[in-house]
Amino acid sequence: MLRQTIAITLLSLRSIPERLAASLVIVVGLAGVVAVFTALLAMAEGFQSTLKSTGRDDVALVLRGGSSAELNSGLTRDQATLIKQAPGVRVGAGGQPLASAEMIVIAELMRTGEKTGSNITVRGVEPAAFALRPQLKIVDGRLFQPGLRELIVGRGVTQQFEGVKLGEMVRMRGSDWTVVGVFESGDANESELWADVEVAQTTFNRRGFSAVRLQLADPAGLQSVKVALTADPRLNIDIESEQQYYSGQTKQFRETIGMLAGVVTLIMALGATFAALNTMYAAVGARERAIATLRAIGFSGTPVVVSVMIESLALALAGGAIGALVAYLLFNNMAVSTLGENFTQVVFQFKVTPKLVQQGLLIAIVIGMFGGLLPALRAARLPVTTALRAA
Amino acid sequence: MTRSGFVFANLLRKKTRTVLTLLSVVTAFLLFGLLQAVNVMFSAGADFVGATRLVTQARVSFTQSLPMRLLPEIEAVPGVEQVMWQQWFGAVWQENTQLFFFATDPARLHAVYPEYVMPDQQWKAFEETRTGMIVGRILADKYGWRIGDKVPIASNIFPQKNGSKAWIFDLVGIYDGKDEEWQRNTNLGWINHAYFDEATLFGTGLAGTFTLKLSNPDQAAQIAHTIDSKFENSPDETKTQTEKDSNLGFFKQIGDIGLIVRWILFAVFFTLLLVVGNTIAQSVRERIPELAILKTLGFTDGNVLGFVLAEAAAMCVIGGLLGLGLATLIGIKIGGGGNFPIAVDHRVWITGVLAIVGLSLAVGLLPALRASRLSIVDALAGR
Repeated sequence: MLRQTIAITLLSLRSIPERLAASLVIVVGLAGVVAVFTALLAMAEGFQSTLKSTGRDDVALVLRGGSSAELNSGLTRDQATLIKQAPGVRVGAGGQPLASAEMIVIAELMRTGEKTGSNITVRGVEPAAFALRPQLKIVDGRLFQPGLRELIVGRGVTQQFEGVKLGEMVRMRGSDWTVVGVFESGDANESELWADVEVAQTTFNRRGFSAVRLQLADPAGLQSVKVALTADPRLNIDIESEQQYYSGQTKQFRETIGMLAGVVTLIMALGATFAALNTMYAAVGARERAIATLRAIGFSGTPVVVSVMIESLALALAGGAIGALVAYLLFNNMAVSTLGENFTQVVFQFKVTPKLVQQGLLIAIVIGMFGGLLPALRAARLPVTTALRAA
Repeated sequence: MTRSGFVFANLLRKKTRTVLTLLSVVTAFLLFGLLQAVNVMFSAGADFVGATRLVTQARVSFTQSLPMRLLPEIEAVPGVEQVMWQQWFGAVWQENTQLFFFATDPARLHAVYPEYVMPDQQWKAFEETRTGMIVGRILADKYGWRIGDKVPIASNIFPQKNGSKAWIFDLVGIYDGKDEEWQRNTNLGWINHAYFDEATLFGTGLAGTFTLKLSNPDQAAQIAHTIDSKFENSPDETKTQTEKDSNLGFFKQIGDIGLIVRWILFAVFFTLLLVVGNTIAQSVRERIPELAILKTLGFTDGNVLGFVLAEAAAMCVIGGLLGLGLATLIGIKIGGGGNFPIAVDHRVWITGVLAIVGLSLAVGLLPALRASRLSIVDALAGR
């Protein structure tokens, strides 16, 4: 039985080159399905990993109650000072709490080659902001000088948008800002422009801050800080770890892309299944006499079924692998940007992960099975005598 | 037997194959219809607003509110017929559903947006009720709001003077759009700016962005320029553009999604081309002796070319129209929800029909040419 199966399978696999054009239909169809599936989910994956790596679990983010995003939040100077003095915040070098009050506003920049502006976060920061984000490094130029209208620009922004190269001037609210440095951090911070918070407040005519970041002395201490701050009647705040904050922002995007990928893949998979069925029916049809001859000389039906299934699976897997490869070559690490929770652009890169490739291949296998099953059954049920007589 | 009858008889000869091929074409055009609708939403979704209005926003970003004191200066520009303003309210319904709510002046909204259709008494009620709000039909249906309801809407930006972010408004009107396209965009809510301005803890005296109705739309570019140069080098520099450009800019913020959709379309079409093309080529190959007999009987090369091409076209047209029809139905089902205003409309159908024609030629022409060039003797001999 096993020997029969192997013999017939080898026979049919060897004859694939003779039916190359027809077999290619399965390969190309599956390559298309898997490439689209992998590419779409690689986008969701990249967005998620960028935001996830932005937040740390030992840094707490304090916003005004009910704000849900930094952009909507506002804290006065007094409130910010109170928040920084919460118990459980690590003490920095000068005996001051290691905490950074930050203000964000939005500026418009032009995407390279476009005429409509995109929203970019401008973040005014205190010196402690850098201590809270050790991953952030200046890679070109220098840091802004406190008190001057100078900006440092994330690498992601310089890649995607115009007018922010080193030495260029950015115009905001009737004043000119010089780009003096470019920084890298490998996360969502790279999608921002940073400036001295005091200068930003003057320029944008703001007195308060958007959020306060606190370095926790102990990552488990978030709860006690929360209790202390919520108990203070002068404050009305929400507090969560930076990691929670950024992870929470990916939910909607993940769901949208997940749905799109689901619908598109499902419809395409249906189309590919029909194509695979067609091809395998044709493949079986072309070999009707050969199969009938085998049956006549004593081969049983099962090996015939198995061989057709294996052929279909092999073609599907080859297609799936090509699709995954195409998605990887075309999209992996491709940088794109989309609107984040703060209503500003988040620059991120597609990530084609092994897990996605695995899932893509699984889809290919399932389609290959469906595409092979019916034609295989027909081949096995072929009445030997009529098939032998057929032209 | 007529010629078209002959074509259909050929299609029906291998029923499984024809049905399967047809189904691949249907799924491909279903996908094509839906994705093209998304594409249209991104690239031309703002077309329907027309060019009669201008939007003035802060130059640095539309999220920066412009102050109310710009109003008289904008109104003074010749050619500006009516000015309204809208302040983003940051509305949140129940747990965490963000809604598009703006604070505005009711009378000015009515004047600037004649496309919003609502009974006069409701417009009047909106003007006279300080805590009033009106919502579009889609929103009202979605949340089951009825006129007279007191609706709790929170703001994630503006607290009231007492520090609470929970606001309550009286629903005094529900508006419709003047046509189907405007109806699809009735997913906004409007509250009374006079009340908001007084009750809010901060943000008093801010207008947000201004929307301008012009007496002559042809002057749009010139008026935009006049306004922007008026505020140049002030702390509140402005950017004035047509409503269409402004909406387009808003959609473009979502980023490279349009590009990715085009990639998918490309992948789908490439796949489809191969599948259908191959099936048709195969069926021609199998029938070479028959085609030779047809020629022997006196059918010309052109006749044979026509037969094969017609077969390919029939497959593409039937499958394509079914697919587009299916997409239209699905579009109606999910597009009515409001947050995702896609519609498989005439623009999608036009590109769809062009794609059908293109596809028919692409997959039919090669096998058809091959069939028409057959030499009878060779074909009959099986060479």
